[in-house]
Amino acid sequence: MLMNKFAIACALGSLCTLQVQAQQSSSSSADAIAQYRAMLADGNPAELFEAKGEELWKTRRGPKNASLERCDLGKGPGVVKGVFVELPRYFADTGRVQDLESRLLSCMETLQGLDAKQIAATAFGRDEQKNLEGLVAWISAESRGLKFNLPQSHPQEQKMYAVGKRLFFFRGGPYDFACASCHSEEGKRIRLQDLPNLTKNPGDGVGFAAWPAYRVSSGELWGMQRRLNDCFRQQRFPFPGYASDVTVALATYMGVNSKGSVSIAPSIKR
Amino acid sequence: MADPMRIRAQAQGGNAVVRVLMSHEMETGQRKDAAGKTIPAWHITEVNAALNGKPVLSAQWGPAISKNPFLQFTVKGAKAGDKISVTWVDNKGDKRTDEATVA
Repeated sequence: MLMNKFAIACALGSLCTLQVQAQQSSSSSADAIAQYRAMLADGNPAELFEAKGEELWKTRRGPKNASLERCDLGKGPGVVKGVFVELPRYFADTGRVQDLESRLLSCMETLQGLDAKQIAATAFGRDEQKNLEGLVAWISAESRGLKFNLPQSHPQEQKMYAVGKRLFFFRGGPYDFACASCHSEEGKRIRLQDLPNLTKNPGDGVGFAAWPAYRVSSGELWGMQRRLNDCFRQQRFPFPGYASDVTVALATYMGVNSKGSVSIAPSIKR
Repeated sequence: MADPMRIRAQAQGGNAVVRVLMSHEMETGQRKDAAGKTIPAWHITEVNAALNGKPVLSAQWGPAISKNPFLQFTVKGAKAGDKISVTWVDNKGDKRTDEATVA
């Protein structure tokens, strides 16, 4: 179905070469997926979300009729460039380690007067959650090409890493499953999808360094929260909640492991 | 009002390569919602492009085109500074026009 759509959309573009149909025999499935992604990357619809996010950042909204331009994402109020590759980090004003999405919730509440609890309870892709998609797309894009460098100097940050590691290896649920079941050795895959080893640094633009991402299969932009939500779903685990400490701990673990890797977010996934 | 398109137009050897991202649901009319009700079709039906106001491309689209479509085409003889405009119309009669300058 997707290939059909792709072929048609492709046929309209005169520069498009339909290599998909004339597949070279040598390439492995991983190469084929990489090739498919490279062809799509030029027209990544995440760009549409980025544009929306930038506008949302600057628009006065909410009961307090304020923009998010005074939001402190870790490098001082209003600084957006370079913040994404240093999150999650500890914030003194909330006394919590926060990832981008939980931090945005704090800003939306304190600056704009929106109800963070209500937004956290909203289904993905609806109302304010839709706005968050744009914001995470734009903010992560402002750090594109920079290297991950999460701070680990605060005791809370170290604790979050340790907790995240334990959660990553914690087995449970009806399938006796952990994140580590899929993501702790090289060369594993689900169907045709190669799985990165997230217990170490999987490299530039792989694993943690590829999210947020636009998912072609659902036509949606997924932040790390939604990515983790889907991981929990696949484990048949209950989701610990949007912006919960559990999700932030896991992000801290993966983010610290990715130290030095280049972020390509928002990327494009099948 | 629909969200803006992203249009990039680059001069290349006497032509211009135009890349367009459109923000559209492109609902096929074949899907059902959680309650089992058919989600009505809502997709782009017509795309037109013009170079300095002169039509250079017209396409008829249907439900087979993906959500948030990407369209790329080459315009012969377009040079830096020329204006490329792209318009789409959907089956609800909603339309959107955006313009870019060839760089």
